[in-house]
Amino acid sequence: MRRFHYLAPRRLDEALSLLTPDAVPLAGGTDLFLRMERRQTQPDAVVDLKRIPDMDRIEPSDGGLRIGALAPMESLAASSLIVNGYRALAESARVVGSIQTRNRATIGGNLANASPAADTATPLLALGATAEAGRVDGSRELPLEQLFLGPGRTALESGELLTAVRIPAMPGRTGSSFQRCVRTAMDIAVVNCAAFVKLDEDGAVEDARIALGAVGPTPLRALSAESCLQGRRFDADAAAEAAECAAHDARPIDDVRASADYRKDMVRVLTRRAVENAFQRARGEA
Amino acid sequence: MTAEPIRITVTVNGESFREEVPATRSLLDFLRDDLGLTGTKEGCSEGECGACAVILDGRLVDACLIFAAEADGRSVETVEGLADGEELHPLQRTFAAAGAAQCGYCTPGMLMACKSLLDRNPSPTREEVTHGIAGNLCRCTGYGTIIQAVMEAAKES
Ligand SMILES: Cc1cc2nc3c(=O)[nH]c(=O)nc-3n(C[C@H](O)[C@H](O)[C@H](O)COP(=O)(O)OP(=O)(O)OC[C@H]3O[C@@H](n4cnc5c(N)ncnc54)[C@H](O)[C@@H]3O)c2cc1C
Ligand code: FES
Ligand code: FES
Repeated sequence: MRRFHYLAPRRLDEALSLLTPDAVPLAGGTDLFLRMERRQTQPDAVVDLKRIPDMDRIEPSDGGLRIGALAPMESLAASSLIVNGYRALAESARVVGSIQTRNRATIGGNLANASPAADTATPLLALGATAEAGRVDGSRELPLEQLFLGPGRTALESGELLTAVRIPAMPGRTGSSFQRCVRTAMDIAVVNCAAFVKLDEDGAVEDARIALGAVGPTPLRALSAESCLQGRRFDADAAAEAAECAAHDARPIDDVRASADYRKDMVRVLTRRAVENAFQRARGEA
Repeated sequence: MTAEPIRITVTVNGESFREEVPATRSLLDFLRDDLGLTGTKEGCSEGECGACAVILDGRLVDACLIFAAEADGRSVETVEGLADGEELHPLQRTFAAAGAAQCGYCTPGMLMACKSLLDRNPSPTREEVTHGIAGNLCRCTGYGTIIQAVMEAAKES
């Protein structure tokens, strides 16, 4: 590994001022350490964010939830706020790597790393999350869709940090679900999928969001699958049609983990499961 | 750019160590090479096998993916700290009795994963044990005897 300066600021403003173009932020290190070891990233300085107090807080905010970027997966999976209100997110955090990984891997690192397969990205897209980006002279919020530009590329500018993720309030008659398919327990997803539905008083879909991972250059929304559910009541046909639409929305490639065709098949299976499950939960049945 | 070595103070198994390390040093190399605590093993160096698992401030982590500098001011438990003098830790006794170690290479990390599990959940189900050691690879035992040893240690305490 190439030599670098290790910096461990104790305040956010200090961390932001240290983020020169040749510096990289360090959260849990479960992606960054190996990239540095393999010399895919060779920073002059590493700015460790873990000494900044409260950046790992998970707290109610504006009726919804604000999750500090430094919150590790294990805390997300254990948070009653997330487990009760945002099940798809809790389900995704619970399957990231091993307990060792989950004790280190942060939500901010998972998103900033911008892997198309990032497991928390799909539930957050489905739940309508926004990213909070901080820099020396202030902060801005952007819809999560706009954060991802391509594999390993985000809309964060030089000198900007992802400080938190915000998820809107979940009123009654909403439900969400996360599904994924992997080769081995410690591998990243071949495909992952999250669904969110909000039903009206008659049980018809008022709002639906479906997100897919590892089937395009970024985690993406399956927009035609979403509109296919609009206004519909749940039955097996609705789930199957949404699944078929999602397979069209997916833009997978062949790689070492799976072929594009297999990924499309898995999109069908996972979307159907996620939609069914989200419906059941919205009706208080699961 | 010259990167200066950094001074860190780390408590390992209750004893405080003050050392100078380069920023590139992993916590695993720090334990093994700087402190001579070679119980913790290096397997994959990629966070996949758990041979390097230690407990950092009460949480199980893979030491191969952590910079030693990140442990500054923190407390580490390694396999060397499990026994109390000549008195083995209950998990060490049940591992030996069940034949849960064959070549033994996974054993230090496995013991730390199992200790961490029992610290969090003193009477786990079989499935919870399996889940707790999912990040620890054993190429010899087939895991059956390891799970048995953990269940027995849980019964004892
Ligand atoms: C064994 C193993 C299993 C894994 N399994 C999974 C899995 O199942 N699912 C999955 O999705 N991932 C998995 N991963 C990948 C990784 O653990 C996750 O992506 C993790 O969430 C990364 O978070 P981190 O805190 O460790 O990030 P780091 O490695 O610290 O950082 C990752 C990148 O994001 C940048 N960054 C970090 N925090 C911020 C911030 N707040 N603002 C701006 N930039 C930031 C860093 O500079 C770096 O470029 C696995 C990794 C390992 C080693
Ligand atoms: S050596 Fe650290 S996980 Fe394999
Ligand atoms: S005893 Fe040989 S790897 Fe586990």
